[in-house]
Parts: sequence; structure tokens; C-alpha cells
Amino acid sequence: MAFLEIIDVQKHFGDIEVLRGLNMQAEEHQVVCLIGPSGCGKSTLLRCINQLENIQAGEIRLEGDRVSGPGVDVNRLRQQVGIVFQSFNLFPHMSVLENVTLAPIRVLKLSKVEAEEKAMALLRRIGMDIKAMDYPDRLSGGQQQRVAIVRALAMAPKLLLLDEITSALDPELVSEVLNIVRDLAGQGMTMMLATHEMGFAREVASKVCFLHEGVVHEEGTPAKIFGDPDKQRTRSFLKRIMEAGRL
Amino acid sequence: MACRSDLFLNLKPAADLPTPATRHGAAALLFAALCLMAAVSSMSLIRGAVAELGAASPMFAIAQIVVVAVVALLFWPVWKSLAFSRKSETARASGDAVETRIANAAARDFAHITFGWGVFALLVLGFFTFIFMNDSAVGKTFVLLPLMQEKWWLVTWKFFTVNIFVFVIAEILVLGWGLAVALMRLMPGAAGQPIRALATFYCDVFRGLPGIVTLYLIGFGIPTSGIPDIVSPYVYGLFVDISAMSPQELRTATRIPVMWWCILALTLTYGAYVAEVYRAGIESIHWSQVAAARSLGLSYMQTMRHVVVPQAVRRIMAPLLNDFIGLQKDTALVQIVGLTDAFQQSKIIAANAFNLSAVTIVAILFVLITIPQARFVDRLLERDAARIRAGGA
Repeated sequence: MAFLEIIDVQKHFGDIEVLRGLNMQAEEHQVVCLIGPSGCGKSTLLRCINQLENIQAGEIRLEGDRVSGPGVDVNRLRQQVGIVFQSFNLFPHMSVLENVTLAPIRVLKLSKVEAEEKAMALLRRIGMDIKAMDYPDRLSGGQQQRVAIVRALAMAPKLLLLDEITSALDPELVSEVLNIVRDLAGQGMTMMLATHEMGFAREVASKVCFLHEGVVHEEGTPAKIFGDPDKQRTRSFLKRIMEAGRL
Repeated sequence: MACRSDLFLNLKPAADLPTPATRHGAAALLFAALCLMAAVSSMSLIRGAVAELGAASPMFAIAQIVVVAVVALLFWPVWKSLAFSRKSETARASGDAVETRIANAAARDFAHITFGWGVFALLVLGFFTFIFMNDSAVGKTFVLLPLMQEKWWLVTWKFFTVNIFVFVIAEILVLGWGLAVALMRLMPGAAGQPIRALATFYCDVFRGLPGIVTLYLIGFGIPTSGIPDIVSPYVYGLFVDISAMSPQELRTATRIPVMWWCILALTLTYGAYVAEVYRAGIESIHWSQVAAARSLGLSYMQTMRHVVVPQAVRRIMAPLLNDFIGLQKDTALVQIVGLTDAFQQSKIIAANAFNLSAVTIVAILFVLITIPQARFVDRLLERDAARIRAGGA
């Protein structure tokens, strides 16, 4: 039994089929990188895992428990599976500290003091403790995204989903966010990330999955996928990435 | 493409010179003279009317001269306009195209300034002339100062406080009730369906009903139904020993003043409007904010309470104030069920004095209370603008 099992998952929006019987597995402490062209279903897959989208067929299991379909306590699932979005989505009417402590106080029922202590410790680790009282509009995109990661981490999730978290950032801000992900990978956090940063995927991934037309077209170690992929479609995708100078 | 080249063809070549602005200057001169004549004649009319009122004084003679002098200032831009016209003509004669155009444009601008301020002066003079015409008939009817002075405190402190009490309580209730209705209208899922339908029905009914009809129906209907007489003794009995009271005493002690029925009617009417405002505000919050909150494990209601509604409330400040000003003004309707408010009292004074000045007091009061509210909301919006500007989406 794998930590996360995705079994024959189908998802469509109206007539548009996004996931067409997708299968995938992830073990604990693994970093799984999802790569593939736009519209191949990377983001949708992540959003299905923590039930921001419902799937139409198939099954998703976390530690052996079915976490898709009816009867699942989504609020409990989402405490265990955190997600960070491309567009940060910080709460603009709350300070950095309030953003981070909201869910621990309201969902985990921590006391305010305890939640703030934990939040400050996390913020200190990413060097954002001095910005704790600032509102999101005072922060750069990179800083906002770092806070968004900490906000997800404050719930101590078992699995962290990262949905193209550097795509909305200016190039010089990308590394400060990736450094945090690298640290988390080093600490054994189980993560699944959709990304266009191929160099980074190659470096941190335990497993790379190339998604194409709603299925995992090819998967393997980074060395295998980036070095010597079997499938023609994978090769042409990576070739184009390389031509764009992104690998 | 054809259109576009036509457009270019129509552009005048660079060396083309503008038509002289002399005519503008001449028209401005005529207009300024007209304004001055109007000022002189209307001020002498006003002076006559004021003398008739027995209020003539040297101060007024000075004021008359000042007003005429101020209107005469219109000749300054006229003079500037004519000067620039001359300058433009000189430049045209010497073949300096650029200087011609600059001076010509300035001549036009000054002529237009004359027209702008001239129209302003005419309207203001016209207004005061209207008030003082026919032996100050309008002035005496609407702003009879001695009567206003005499009744100001009565209308303000004794009766406008009724309006203030009604709208303050109603506004507090509306804030909560409107939000509750909005949340009911947005209730998700199949279980929410009947609640949504009810809330929609409520909004349709009370937004469609004229406020004065609602007031009339509730203000007379509910007390007449006798239901308050059945219910309120029980509630009253929870706090006070009523066993020794005669039915008459009990009835007097537990009668609900008509003011509260007015407050209920206005709350129901404006609750429907404000619910729609809340709903628009809630729906304007980008779904990604909900996704972020839900993905942290917050429930639907927690997401509403901590993430969506606080942001929505900041956005609806201005339309909310609109509805509140509407509510405040509609407190002038409570007299329909026999509650004496400032408007009703001022009508009584007006009927006794054959003069509307007391009603003018009420008019002034209603305007006066809205202005600080508008400024207050402006300040709030300014303060929040910085926080809301970025960070989300």
C-alpha cells in the first residue's frame, strides 16, 4: 500500500475531459514532480487530491483511506493535505501572522498564543518574522508566496501540494521560494508539485511524472525522464523546453 | 484601412493656421457686460426687498458694491482674451505659426473662462433674485428667520431625536438582518434550496413594497391583530410579577409603543435592500479566496465568517451608506401611523404659522446628518484601500 494512491481517476468539466483514467502512486517523504504541457491536467489533479474538485470516476487513497467521492470529511482531509496556489491567495484583510494563524486557531483549535508562537517559529525559518505584522500588499510576490507556504505548513499537513507556485513570480524571486521547497524536501516533507521549473524538478524530485492528455504518459526517476525518456511525446516536450532555455 | 487613410488625409498640414479667436473675445466681452447688468439690477431688487423687510443697513450697501465688483472681475479674462488675440494677429502677420497657435489657444481659453464663471454668477444671482422677488415672497415662505430661530430647538431636540432614534435602531438591526438574509440566499447545496427560495421571496416582496405601505400595514395591522397583546404579557411576566395587576394595568404596562412597529417595518424594508448589497459584496470576492480558506480546512461558515464577509463588508461601505441614507430619509414617513417625528411637527408649525420655514428646518437637518456620514465612509474606504489593493486575487 502506497502512501498516496491515485487509481483510474477521471475528471471532466462539461464536455472537456481533463483526467482520463489517471494512475499514480507516491510514497511518504517522496517529492513527486508533475510536468507536462499546459492543460494536461497537472493543476486539476492536485485540486482533486484535496477535493477542491470532485472526481467523476476512480479513487484516491491516502494511507489506505479512500479520500475521494461522497462521505469524506473534506475539512479533515484538507487538514492533512495542504495546497499552495500559483496566485498566493493570501487573505488581504489580515496581517501575515493572522494569515498563518487563522486555520490553526479555527480548525485545530489551538490557543491564540500557541498558534502565534508556532507561526512565528515557522516565519523565522523563512526570514519573514520581521514582516509578521505587515499586510500582504506590502510584500513582494516572492515574500507572499513564502508566507502562503508557511500558512499551509502551519496545519502540519502530511502531504503538501504545490501548484505552479513560481509561475506568477518575477524571475529573480523564484529562487527564494524554491529554496524553501528544497529545505522541506530535505526535511522529508511529502510533496507533489506541478511545475515548469525543470531544473528544479530534476534536482529535488524523487519521481517525475510526465502528464499528457489526462494520463501519466511516462514516469520515472529524474535522471531517467530528463536524461533518456522512453516515449516520443516526452522527448519532444523536453526538447521544446530545452529550446526555450528552461532546462 | 480606407477609413484610416481618410483620417490621416483630414489632418491639417503643420503650417496651417487656426481661425482667429477674436470672435470668442468679443462674445466674452458682451457676455461679461450682460452679467454685470444682471448683477446691478438684481442687487438693487434685493436691496429694495431687504429695505422692505426693515433690515437695510450700511453693511448691506457695502455687500451690494462687493457683489457687483466681484461680477465685474469677469472683465479680467475678457481683457486677457482680447490681449492674446492681438498677440496672435501680430504673430500671424509676421508668419510665426507656432506663436500664432499658442496665443490663439490662450485667447480661446480665457474667453471660455469668462463664459464658465459668467454662467455661475448668473445662476447664483438668479437664485437670490428668486428668493427676494415679489417682496421676498419666496424667502418669507421658506426661510422666515425669526420663525426658524424660534422653532429650531423644538424641532431639533424634541422631534428630530425621534427620527434619529428610529433610524439608529433600525440601522443596527438591518446590519444583522441583511447579512442573515444574504447568507440564506447564498446557502449552498440541496439542503439550502428551500432556505434560498424563502430568502429570495422575502427580498422580492419587501423590495417591491413601497416603504410607506409596509409602515402602514405593520404599524396598524400588527397591533390591531391583537397578537402583541397575547404574547407580550407572557414575556413581561418573565421579568415582573403580574399576578396582582388588573387587565387594564397589564395592557398599559405591556403595550408596545408604535415607534417599535415603525422600526420593524423599516428594518424589514431596508433589510431586503441591504441583503442584496451584502450578497453582491460576498459574490464579488474572488473564488480563489474561498479555495484558499477551504483548503486550510476551514468549513463553509468559517470561510464566510473570517475570510469572505470581512472583505465583502469593506467593499460594500459606499452602497450600504446609500441604503442607510434612504432609511434615514424614510423615517419622515412614520407619521403615517401616528408617530410624531420632526416632519410631522414641522407640518403642524407650518399649518399654524401659514409658513413653511419649519419644514425647511427639517430639510436642513436631513441634509446635515448625511454629510458627515458620507465623509466618514470616504475616510474608511481610503484607509482600507491600501490593504485591499493587492495581496489577493
